[in-house]
Formats: sequence, C-alpha cells, structure tokens
Amino acid sequence: MIPLLRRWLAFAAVSLLPFGAPIAHAQLSIEIVGGAGTTIPIAIVPFDAEATYPLGITGIVGADLARSGLFRLVDTNGVVPRPARAQDVQFPVWRARNADAVVVGSMLPLPDGRVDVRFALVDVVKQVSLVSMAYTVTPQQFRVTAHKIADVIYERLTGDRGVFSTRIAYVTKQGPRFQLLVADADGFGPQSIVSSNEPLLSPRWSPDGSRLAYVSFENRKPVVYVQSLDTGARRAVANFRGSNSSPAWSPDGRKLAVTLTKDGGSQVYLMNPDGSDVTRVLTSQAIDTEAMFTPDGQSLVFTSDRGGTPQIYRASLLGGQVERLTFDGSYNVSPKPTPDGKGLVFVRRDGGRFEIAALDYATRQVQVLTQGPNDESPSVAPNGKMVIYASEGGGRGILAAISIDGRVKQRLVAPATEVREPAWGPFPRS
Amino acid sequence: MRNFLFVAIIATALAGCSTTPTTEAPVEDHGAAGVTAPGAETGGAQGGSVNGSATGGALGNELRNPNSILSKRSIYFDFDSFVVKDEFRPLVEAHARYLQQNRNARMTIQGNTDERGSREYNIALGQKRADAVKRMMVLLGAGDTQIETTSFGEERPKNPGHDESAWAENRRDDIVYAGE
Repeated sequence: MIPLLRRWLAFAAVSLLPFGAPIAHAQLSIEIVGGAGTTIPIAIVPFDAEATYPLGITGIVGADLARSGLFRLVDTNGVVPRPARAQDVQFPVWRARNADAVVVGSMLPLPDGRVDVRFALVDVVKQVSLVSMAYTVTPQQFRVTAHKIADVIYERLTGDRGVFSTRIAYVTKQGPRFQLLVADADGFGPQSIVSSNEPLLSPRWSPDGSRLAYVSFENRKPVVYVQSLDTGARRAVANFRGSNSSPAWSPDGRKLAVTLTKDGGSQVYLMNPDGSDVTRVLTSQAIDTEAMFTPDGQSLVFTSDRGGTPQIYRASLLGGQVERLTFDGSYNVSPKPTPDGKGLVFVRRDGGRFEIAALDYATRQVQVLTQGPNDESPSVAPNGKMVIYASEGGGRGILAAISIDGRVKQRLVAPATEVREPAWGPFPRS
Repeated sequence: MRNFLFVAIIATALAGCSTTPTTEAPVEDHGAAGVTAPGAETGGAQGGSVNGSATGGALGNELRNPNSILSKRSIYFDFDSFVVKDEFRPLVEAHARYLQQNRNARMTIQGNTDERGSREYNIALGQKRADAVKRMMVLLGAGDTQIETTSFGEERPKNPGHDESAWAENRRDDIVYAGE
C-alpha cells in the first residue's frame, strides 16, 4: 500500500460500507454453556445428493437446532439405506436410536443450475409426517434455506416461531477502532455497517429490518444516525446542541423516540426517522432516557431517576399517569419490552453485580436470568424466547444469550475482539 | 498488528504537535465520512456541532499556560454524585471569569462516568455532571450560549482500569474550548 493511502486510511475515522461488501471480519462463534432440562432428540439424515455440494444444508439445520438448546442431535451413521422421503423412514430403526423425530430430504440439481431442495419432518413416536416443503434455490441460497428449514422444524416441534433466519447487530472494539456489524443470528457472515475511531452504541433495528438507528461519537458528542442497510446511506437525524442518544423505533416504523438535552436535562422526544417533527413527550426535572415503545405502540417504558434512584417507568402516549414499574433495589435500567406485551427484560444491580432480569407486568414478579457480574444491554429475540446481552468473558466484552425462562445459555465469542451492544433483528420480510 | 502499530505512531505524532490549533480530528472525521459514503446524506439537524469552526488564534495564551489554573480542565466527582467539590471551585471560577472576559470564547463541558452500569444511562449521568458545572459557571457570569454541555458517558475513560482508583479518574467533566 502506498504511504499516502495508508496514512489516509489511518485517519479515516468513519467509513461506511454498503451492506453486503465482501469484507471478512472476526466471526462470532456460539457455544452452549447451559442446557435445558429436556431436549427433543432429533435425527437429521444427510439429504440425498447433498454430498455433491461443497456447502450442504443439513449441517446448518442441525447446528441451528442444537444451538437453541431445545434439541439433541441423534447419530444417523450406519442407517442403510438412507431415507430421503417421509415414506422411506423405518420407524423401528429410529426408535432404537431414541429419536423422537427424523428429518429427511433431497437436493436435486435442475438444468438451470438451481437446486430442488425438499425435506420432510417425521414424528417417530406418532409415526406420521408432520410437514414437508420444497424450495428451488441457487447454491448461494443454501445457508438461507437451511435456516428456513430449521425455523419450520423448530416451530412444528416447539410451537414457537424460529429465529434462525434473523440477524443481529453488535459493536466491536479492536484497538482504537469501533465497528457496527450485522451478522446472521448464528454469527455467520458479519458485515461492517459503519466504523469509527470514536465510540458507536445503541444500534436499533427498524421494524422492517431495513434500517439501523444508532449513536455515534464521531463528532465528539453523541449524535443519532439512521442508516439504510440496503444502500449504506445514512443521516444524522438528531444532532442538537448537547447530547443526542437512545434511539428506539415505534412498532410501525414511523417514529423514533430519542433522548435529547437541547432544552436542558436528558428528556425523551419523538421525531420522524428523517429527523423532522421533533416533539417532547415527557417532562420531568430528572433524567428520563432509554425509552422503548411497548409492542402496541401506545406507551413508552423508560429509565428515570425522578424517584431518587434510576428505576423503570411506563407512560402512555395517549396521556395519563406515569407508572413506576420497578421497586426492588436501587438501580433498575435499560427496559426492553417482550414482543407479547406482557413484560420486559431489564438490567438490575444487586450489590455490585449487574444482572439481566425479566419483569411480568401482571404478577409484578421479577425473575433474575443471569448472575453478572457485568451483564448489560439486553435485546429480546422477535419470538420472545431468547435474550441476547453484553457480558464479560476472558477479561473482555463478549455477547451471551439466555432463554427467557433462564434455562438455555449461550456465549458468542469473537477472537481478540471486544464485542458489545447487541441488538436482535426482526423476523425477515416475507 | 502492523496497522494498529501504524495508527499508534500517527497518534503519537499528533500528540506531539498539540500546540498547533489545526490538528483537529473532527475535521478528518467529516472528510472521511464524506469520501467513503457515496450514498450518504448529510441532512437532518446537522450543524449544531461545536467542532465545526475553529477560532484558532483567538484563543488566549492563558489557556495553554501550564502555570495558569486555566490549563487545568478536569473536575472530578464522587460516586453517584453531581456535586462540584470545593477543591474544584477555583478552577470553575477561573474558567467562568475567562468566559465573562472573552465573550467570543466558546466551551464544551464533556461529562464522563465510570464504566459501571448501562451505557445509555451513563450518557445521561455524564450530562448531569456537565450541566452542574455549566450552571455554576453561568451563575458566576459566563454566558449561557458560550457553553455547550455534552456527555461521553462511560465511553472515554481517562484510566482504562477496572478498580475504584480508575473509576475515580473517570467520573469527571472535561473542559474543551472551541478551536482546541
């Protein structure tokens, strides 16, 4: 590299990459560190003709299901002939291996280079085929197709929608460099959205998954940006005098809640996602911040120290009382509503430990999900079943995920990189 | 690793010529963002940044004189506190007086917190610390429009350690004059 270019690169404090730019980044690897009480034993038989493709499908399906902590993979070696259709499944063979379900399928090459991928999910106990699907895809779409198949299996066997086709956003810090990245939910294919020599934080997905709002310090103060993932185009939507932070999208994607200090003190405002029509929605003499919309779009939950210590409150956007939601302890912050509208997850301080906990609105019960010591920035999966959060491991920032019932725990680790500020993306469009 | 080293060397070189008022990283920031983001729009509410215009030579030499109290720029806070301690009163008074006597001078007070707790909530805490010092300076005669208060939250620790002595250094306000 010529010195000038190199010098310029060293100075390029902020660089944007259009989504999909082919740049390799340290990939997150996910390991399960705590399992559920019961798991569903499932046999995933390599699809017919799968071995002719360098990247298969069943390996990804199996990894997805195993990673959820709700499934246990049953060995399929030595079963001859290998079944490829539901009617080929010999139930005694799989009962002998203690499988409750079997996945079989085929990958048939088509003349145009695409591939006909079929699979069936068979219930070995009830001895019925539960579902079968066919996809016509290019080999480049194998990974996406595998996640779709895993979603179908997961939903059929657990009753909940799968999140294997979703994406996550997160921030890395390597040396002096901050990067905002988007990757598949399994950590694969990280793409840099923006990088900077100043901190980046609070990435928040638009409800349709097409845009990210985030906070950047590239102007030596917090400014809220909205960036398109399709084009990479971005815009400073809140850059007022003082600090601008904590963006959150309304469920219909038409409004952003933000914390601004332009009128004195940290207060919550609503604005259009292009930065227009800024209106103050909360007024207090205290700190009000970290506002998030409830799933019905009619209320905000937020953190405020109006009662002397930081606690979580709920305010209706239609007017009315502000209601305090947390009472136990002197530090309850970062509320993230669950998609069922029945509660939220948040960060609580217990002694010197920061833990992720869940609050049920109806019962007022708080369930502590993690033990800290420094867990923060929770983000709930769109099916409400998992919470991803920032934690520590090996002396640096890592991501971790825990099921909403606290039973399944995962760690997401990238080598030699600080990872923080995770945000779980919405279900994919269509 | 080589790239990281290179950046470190550049940073050292920059630090070495800090008396030159034109070595402003934010200028580079804007340029870099513009050059590398073909689709980027720079619209919205942009323009409120204090870093945009450098006053350059307008800055008094007093501010850089290491023997002047005006060269002292950090005010430290106790845990969970926004109270300006008595030991920092002379510093705050001196800067307030400077602003009063130099009505064209502009200052940003950057609030900071230690690393514990929510990053977003810490931005609000840092802001409260910056606001506390501004309020004091305005009462002492500085103009309200001369001072912008912002917050880095926990994002810019002076001491990267993870113990109480590091945290004590990180709970602070930093004073930065426009053009510095």
